[in-house]
Amino acid sequence: MSDPSLLAVEGLKATYVNAITALDGVGFTLARGEILALLGANGAGKTTTLKALSNLLPAERGQITGGHIRFAGLDVTRTRPADLVRAGLVQVLEGRHCFPSLTVEENLVSGGLGRGATRREIASDLDKVYAHFPRLTEKRRILSGLTSGGEQQMTAIGRALMSRPRLLVLDEPSMGLAPIVVQDICRTLRRLNREEGLSILVAEQNAAVALRFAHRAIVLENGVTVLSGTASDLKARDDIKAFYLGHKAPGPSTSVASSPPAFAG
Amino acid sequence: MEGFDGLFFLEVLVGGLLSGVMYSLVAIGFVLIYKTSGVLNFAQGAMLLFAALTFVSLTERGISFPLAFAITFAIMVVLGITIERTVLRPLTNRPPITLFMATLGLSYVIEGAAQLIWGTQVHGLDLGIEDVPFDVSGVFISQFDLFAAAVAATLVAVLSVFFRYTRIGLGFRAVADDPFAALAVGLRLPVIWATVWAAAGLVALVAGLLWGARVGVQFSLSLVVLKALPVLVLGGFDSIPGAIVGGLLIGAAEKLAEVYLGDYFGGGIESWFAYVLALVVLLVRPAGLFGQKRVERV
Repeated sequence: MSDPSLLAVEGLKATYVNAITALDGVGFTLARGEILALLGANGAGKTTTLKALSNLLPAERGQITGGHIRFAGLDVTRTRPADLVRAGLVQVLEGRHCFPSLTVEENLVSGGLGRGATRREIASDLDKVYAHFPRLTEKRRILSGLTSGGEQQMTAIGRALMSRPRLLVLDEPSMGLAPIVVQDICRTLRRLNREEGLSILVAEQNAAVALRFAHRAIVLENGVTVLSGTASDLKARDDIKAFYLGHKAPGPSTSVASSPPAFAG
Repeated sequence: MEGFDGLFFLEVLVGGLLSGVMYSLVAIGFVLIYKTSGVLNFAQGAMLLFAALTFVSLTERGISFPLAFAITFAIMVVLGITIERTVLRPLTNRPPITLFMATLGLSYVIEGAAQLIWGTQVHGLDLGIEDVPFDVSGVFISQFDLFAAAVAATLVAVLSVFFRYTRIGLGFRAVADDPFAALAVGLRLPVIWATVWAAAGLVALVAGLLWGARVGVQFSLSLVVLKALPVLVLGGFDSIPGAIVGGLLIGAAEKLAEVYLGDYFGGGIESWFAYVLALVVLLVRPAGLFGQKRVERV
């Protein structure tokens, strides 16, 4: 195991229904213990990239037409989604996707089932998740469909943690949430990264949030990786703000005003 | 109308409700599969026929009742898993109408196979329950209907406990809620589908035996699916409680309509009244009385 990278994506191309090109050459690596952010505007290919990582594209009539994805020695495109979860690659889908008619706790338990955990493991993992997200403790018997957006995001992340991931993949975790909740979730994730060595890949439209949170970032545009660097480097660049807004030519450095609340932290 | 006979009304109502239980049983088989895979399994009626025919043929060859039940159940499980593997799995992610057409074709294949294996004659099926009415404080109730209701209630209870308290049951409810998320979470959908088809096979077996005992085991048995459709429309395609209540409502409404409205239409309205009722429900509540109203916060 001399290869330090946990995940390696190379020249990834993907289409939907054999007609619509979604990815046209995405490449990056993620080292063990790293937090990597995937930035880009709407339709840049972030979600498609992440779904490809969990081999979920076939379920949405998409297919990978070129390139490789390797996770911890596995060829992802030849591995079933359930086996990827067991290998430690777990994804929190865009829009949270909790099971609305299951209680919060049942949602969490389903993550343990996905891994094939024993009853005792599930019980101890539940305690850990509740320690990470104390707000869920009091909601454990509530149907998750009736909880708030932030609680649903916590449930979805908790459900993923129940599978004991090595690499946690998050798609737009900040979407539609209050800044304070986003901050709370980011803090928990960073603690997991620091204390338990959890590697994290996060796709975000909100570049400000992502760059504060991640070690390194890459930028996608029209299904192609166009830029990569450390978070601090990218933060210093004006054109990043332009990239995630989808403009080609960045204006003079005053364009920050376009999303003021996100920069307030 | 002069003098409303309350006791008679009650008798018709109870009779209707009890016969509605039989409709519910058939409808539950549909709901199980629809909830997990979004397929309206038209072959459910053929499965019901196949189960009843297999059971009768086994008992006619001198096999004891419990053994015949066990063997038939095993065959239904194998049949269900085979259908899931060979017919539905290659068609995943196809439009629902494709899947529906596949099950429609499947129902003919199963009926044909049943005919090939067991022959075409009509079999009688005696479950050892006599269909004699008995008197409960002035209201006559059919003993067989009561037995059927008890069996159905037990079956529903067993299924509910299974889905509520087991791992695979939790998986079933998760898939029914959000199949894509279930896939992402790492649940093994094929295992869950196989279980659901096995459960649908069990429901088909029980319904097949009760219906077979009532009307004889013959090929028209597979047509009970047509009676299940208004039940599903009324109760919602994705709700087991809906299937139960829908069945009861249809059963009661049919009988009451026949008795109290039949004269105005020259009688015989029992056979089509359910469909009219379903049509009205479709106009007012397209999702059915219990159909998925997504749990949403306000």
